[in-house]
Amino acid sequence: MNKPLPVAPDVLLPAPARAPRAWRVPPLNALIGATLLALLLIMAALGLVWTPRDPLALNLLARLQAPTAAHLLGTDEYGRDVLSRLMIGAHTSLWVSVLTVSLAIVAGTFLGLLAGFLRGWVDRGLMMINDALLAFPGILLALGLMAIIGPSLYGIVFALSLAYTPSVVRVVRGTVLSLREKEFVEASRVIGNSELYTMLRHIAPNCVAPVCVLATSMFGWAILAESALSFLGLGVPPPAATWGNMLAASRPYIATASWLGLFPGVCIAMALLAFNLCGDALRDRLDPRMSK
Amino acid sequence: MFRFISQRLAMSIPTLLLISLMVFAIIRLVPGDPALLMLGDMADAHSLEVARASLGLDQPLPVQFVIWLKAVLSGDLGHSITTNEAVLPLILDRFQVSAGIVLVSVLLAALIAVPAGLLAAWKQDSALDFGVVSTATLLLSIPSFWLGLLLLYAFGIKLGWLPVVGYVSFSQSPWQAVTFIVLPIVTLTLVELGAITRMARASAIEVLRLEYITHARAKGLSERAVLWRHALRNSFAPTLTLIGLILGNLLSGIAVLETVFTLPGIGRLMVDAIYARDYPVLQGCLLLVTFVYVLVNLLVDLLYPLFDPRVKL
Repeated sequence: MNKPLPVAPDVLLPAPARAPRAWRVPPLNALIGATLLALLLIMAALGLVWTPRDPLALNLLARLQAPTAAHLLGTDEYGRDVLSRLMIGAHTSLWVSVLTVSLAIVAGTFLGLLAGFLRGWVDRGLMMINDALLAFPGILLALGLMAIIGPSLYGIVFALSLAYTPSVVRVVRGTVLSLREKEFVEASRVIGNSELYTMLRHIAPNCVAPVCVLATSMFGWAILAESALSFLGLGVPPPAATWGNMLAASRPYIATASWLGLFPGVCIAMALLAFNLCGDALRDRLDPRMSK
Repeated sequence: MFRFISQRLAMSIPTLLLISLMVFAIIRLVPGDPALLMLGDMADAHSLEVARASLGLDQPLPVQFVIWLKAVLSGDLGHSITTNEAVLPLILDRFQVSAGIVLVSVLLAALIAVPAGLLAAWKQDSALDFGVVSTATLLLSIPSFWLGLLLLYAFGIKLGWLPVVGYVSFSQSPWQAVTFIVLPIVTLTLVELGAITRMARASAIEVLRLEYITHARAKGLSERAVLWRHALRNSFAPTLTLIGLILGNLLSGIAVLETVFTLPGIGRLMVDAIYARDYPVLQGCLLLVTFVYVLVNLLVDLLYPLFDPRVKL
């Protein structure tokens, strides 16, 4: 009786992983967001290796010049080339936000998983501190910390990531707790996987989507907070160029050299728009109800 | 109702305590002698001793915290290092300036944003919706301090309609006071419009899908009544939560705007205190803003059932 069991061939075949999908035009917000983001990245990357002029070179003979062929976006109060400084500023802003968001995501995911995994008094203790940190509004915590650390690039990164970590912890822990009781997690336990394996293999990957959405908004927050702190003189200290401290320096020359205040603001707004649009596009994909 | 309020109040006590602990810790984290920090470099040995004793620095840290907390609860936040003013009246005075601007602008923003968001949700995916969402996203992406500078340039310098630098309080001259705060209010209103409109639209989309809206339509109510009487109230509840969060964030974020418009508000006071290493004033500002933030969010929780009857007190 070696006759193979009569099984319909299509049952043996694995189901096609995904029906081949026709390429669709990406939604407008993703398109514009990605374009702006690409522009920003090119500007920052180019600024690392090449700028039209030396961004720190003083030239008091060419102070406060309106945009010309030699200085495409004009010069500032020390005769420094505004375009070159904007390119360096793009690099600073992106670097600060990348470091801040990575730190907050890594620390927040770790603590969130820990709280959701161990539960009990670890969870309660962590969440008590977390909620108290969340009770500090916006950049207030960062302001308070900057008072202790003093203005510096890594000081901002530390202060902002400490301010943003609690929201990551909250999102990750919430996801973990809601997934713990789902059938597929139960199934993993039933077939004998350890708690830790189940956690890392089945629960943690499900936190990626919500954390990604949060991370996209956090990039925007970090850029805005960095420029606001630099604007207040509590961020990256001069002579290093950041969009925020360039805007602050333009304040006294608002009547005579208005372009000084115009271009850094355009850069900040462009960066924020890029991250907001990308965030929207991401959210639309994950929650299709909000869009078409 | 009363029980709910007292419960919520009791729940915010541990939060407030933890916040105070953190603010206390921030000052203790500053490297160096707190007494020296409090009195400044010019202090002589004797007054340093007195300050150390009054701060209880010879006591263990938990005891110090209790001493400090007792002083705070009795309204004694110490004196400014730079001007020797009592901290509490100083921060309350400056707080009024900021709070007025923030409240008026959030109110204006909500009055425009909530109907706009509802209309956009009602006509989802139409040209109107696209226009509202695009404008809101654009406004959301403009930093307040830059918008402030642009408005200052347009209306203060080019047109010369409004003063560029300075501040006059209401008690001195109401008309002049208005000319100084109109631009900050317009700036904040525009900036907050973005976030509130998007939130109002998102929650209205959720609500318009619900069965009770279908029911309201089925029983023959006009579209106008469905939208303004039924959808608006329920979709406003999540927006209210956002407005509460925004109020708190504005109070801490207003420092940049007060710098642009040279207003004597709490944000500017805090930044100046950081520059001058005036820790008692900084401590006072941190405490005041976070306490107000917690209380505003408590108030939002209490107002919630007015808009969403499913939430019971």
